[in-house]
Amino acid sequence: MDLSFLLIQLLNGVQQGLLLFLVASGLTLVFGIMGIINLAHGAMYMIGAYLAWWIGAQVGSLWLAILIGVPLMLAVGVLIERFLVGTLYQRDHLYQVLLTFGLILILNELQSILFGNDPNSVPVPELLAGSIQLTENQSYPVYRLAVSAICLLLAAGMYLLISKTRLGMAIRAGASNREMVEALGIDVNRLFTLIFAAGVGLTGFAGMLAAPLTSVYPGMGDGVLIICFVVVVIGGIGSIKGAFFGAMLVGLVSTFGPVLLPTLASVVVYLAMALVLLVKPRGLFA
Amino acid sequence: MTEQTDKSRKPLLRSLAATALGCSLALGSSLAAAADPVKIGVLLPYTGTFARLGESITNGMKLAVEQAGNKLGGRDVEYVVVDSEAKPAKAPENMNKLVVGERVDLVVGPVHSGVAMGMLKVAREENALMIIPNAGLNVATGKLCAPNVFRTSFSAWQTTYPMGQIAYDRGYRKVVTMAWNYSFGKESLAAFEESFKAAGGEVIKQILTPFPKVEFQSYLTDIASIKPDAVFVFYAGGGAVKFVKDYAAAGLKGNIPLLGTGFLTDGTLPAQGDAAEGILTTLHYGDNLENAADKAFRMAYEKAYGKQPDIYAVQGYDAGKVLVKALQATAGNTERDALIAAMEQVRLNDSPRGPWHFSKAHNPVQNMYLREVKNGMNDVIAVAAEALEDPAPGCAMAN
Repeated sequence: MDLSFLLIQLLNGVQQGLLLFLVASGLTLVFGIMGIINLAHGAMYMIGAYLAWWIGAQVGSLWLAILIGVPLMLAVGVLIERFLVGTLYQRDHLYQVLLTFGLILILNELQSILFGNDPNSVPVPELLAGSIQLTENQSYPVYRLAVSAICLLLAAGMYLLISKTRLGMAIRAGASNREMVEALGIDVNRLFTLIFAAGVGLTGFAGMLAAPLTSVYPGMGDGVLIICFVVVVIGGIGSIKGAFFGAMLVGLVSTFGPVLLPTLASVVVYLAMALVLLVKPRGLFA
Repeated sequence: MTEQTDKSRKPLLRSLAATALGCSLALGSSLAAAADPVKIGVLLPYTGTFARLGESITNGMKLAVEQAGNKLGGRDVEYVVVDSEAKPAKAPENMNKLVVGERVDLVVGPVHSGVAMGMLKVAREENALMIIPNAGLNVATGKLCAPNVFRTSFSAWQTTYPMGQIAYDRGYRKVVTMAWNYSFGKESLAAFEESFKAAGGEVIKQILTPFPKVEFQSYLTDIASIKPDAVFVFYAGGGAVKFVKDYAAAGLKGNIPLLGTGFLTDGTLPAQGDAAEGILTTLHYGDNLENAADKAFRMAYEKAYGKQPDIYAVQGYDAGKVLVKALQATAGNTERDALIAAMEQVRLNDSPRGPWHFSKAHNPVQNMYLREVKNGMNDVIAVAAEALEDPAPGCAMAN
């Protein structure tokens, strides 16, 4: 095991962690800040990827597909919040679980009816199609690096929005004391619609951006859901910063873990979560 | 006195009436059986990663039955379809629902080997007839073989055993193997290793990745640093698409030859594109077998469903064919022992994959083909093993 091997693995880990942050960021907003348990997060990620594939095939460009697809996802988010999730705020978490589990079934069936069950691939945009030679027999796809850069930008943007702006202040306040914020004259209902839609939009965006990397197939969101909850729990519920470092930790652990401890490959991430929770029961940044 | 006779007569009358009623019921049901449709339970995945496989198998099977005039041994056919979701935990319950609840004559399924384990348990307890149209776990026609369990697909052993010798013949001596960490993945790698070692090669590392995760980047970096002569893998469906594309994107394609079981490139080539070109695989089917049965099948399938069939469609089609032939032989009788005896006799000389028949363990004895991906097709370049029979270790019916 030489230095270049370790460096490339480090790159793999960071890159995977950044992508994971992007995928988990939508869940952080909805689960972490609004306190809504959205089991359909993975299914929405899948729908995003399918939109990238289908629209991309019609218009011939991934970027254009994203420009069309993200507003679509935002609209879906608004509708779901207004007519479904929004009616359950007064009730127990269990109702949200039931509702969003039902959404998984509906979204999966819609995917099957609208797009079929074949695995599909989304071509990498031509501008980023190349790769960089790292060692004599390994190279790194430029698109992966570009996705990492986009994730970093997005993370910084979200952090600034939540912690430095008036809107961010209202969002944080609305999450911790809804009645008080209402009393101050802020329309919390509209605020929550906005956050939920943003969460769905982000999740869809993550699916679209990841589509060329993962290929697009039925059930692709199932695994995503669990790992996203792990990220949010490790980072501390409600913290964007926590989600970022949680994602980096999971990315690095799931890159180095299987290579260094092959027999523990499938549990290494959960071991890391257990360790974090032992030391910090409320997560890293709660 | 009269009272007494009356009393003694009543039970007699009642029992007579009961017997008569029972007789007429029994008669009625056996009469109805001839006119009743044959009830086929279908337990396949229609959602999730394996949805496309379930769809192909169903299409293939229905096509075979349609070509026989939608009749099995003169009787109509009724399908009772249940989505297995490819979830092993739900398999016993679903199987019970079909066998005990719906009283189906037989069950066709599943795709996933984990689901097969759950179904086999129920099939053995209830002595239910079952045809496996995909799941390739060795034990289904090995240690757990049973008279009432048939398979129209393959065993894991069959699909990878021939590749060991081929890899050695191509000059590869040190190979890394890689698969999802579940029973079928491990069985696939074991059979390759068995023949590759026997030929004189060495597996220098076996990598097992968590199922069904599709993040391979760190393993590819590992492989690049090991620099083996070749890599042998098992992945299927969305995982296969991702692996082949990642392998190429990491720059390993062209540097380290990629070998695999046929599932790596079957039903996935359009999505894999150029990244799959040149991959060598072994399987019991290919794209240019050039036999009349295959040509006819492909045309009929395309006409019925508007797309080209894949290996899973062939396995479903053959399951349908087995039923058509067996029920023809029993003249529509679905009584367990008679049907099993008839199925054992079926020889499919006109299968799209080439001729095959059941071994004593009820697994197909069939050709394995060596295929190379050329221009988006799985080109058959040789017969890797002719009429290959699974050794069925631990099966009392075979040994």
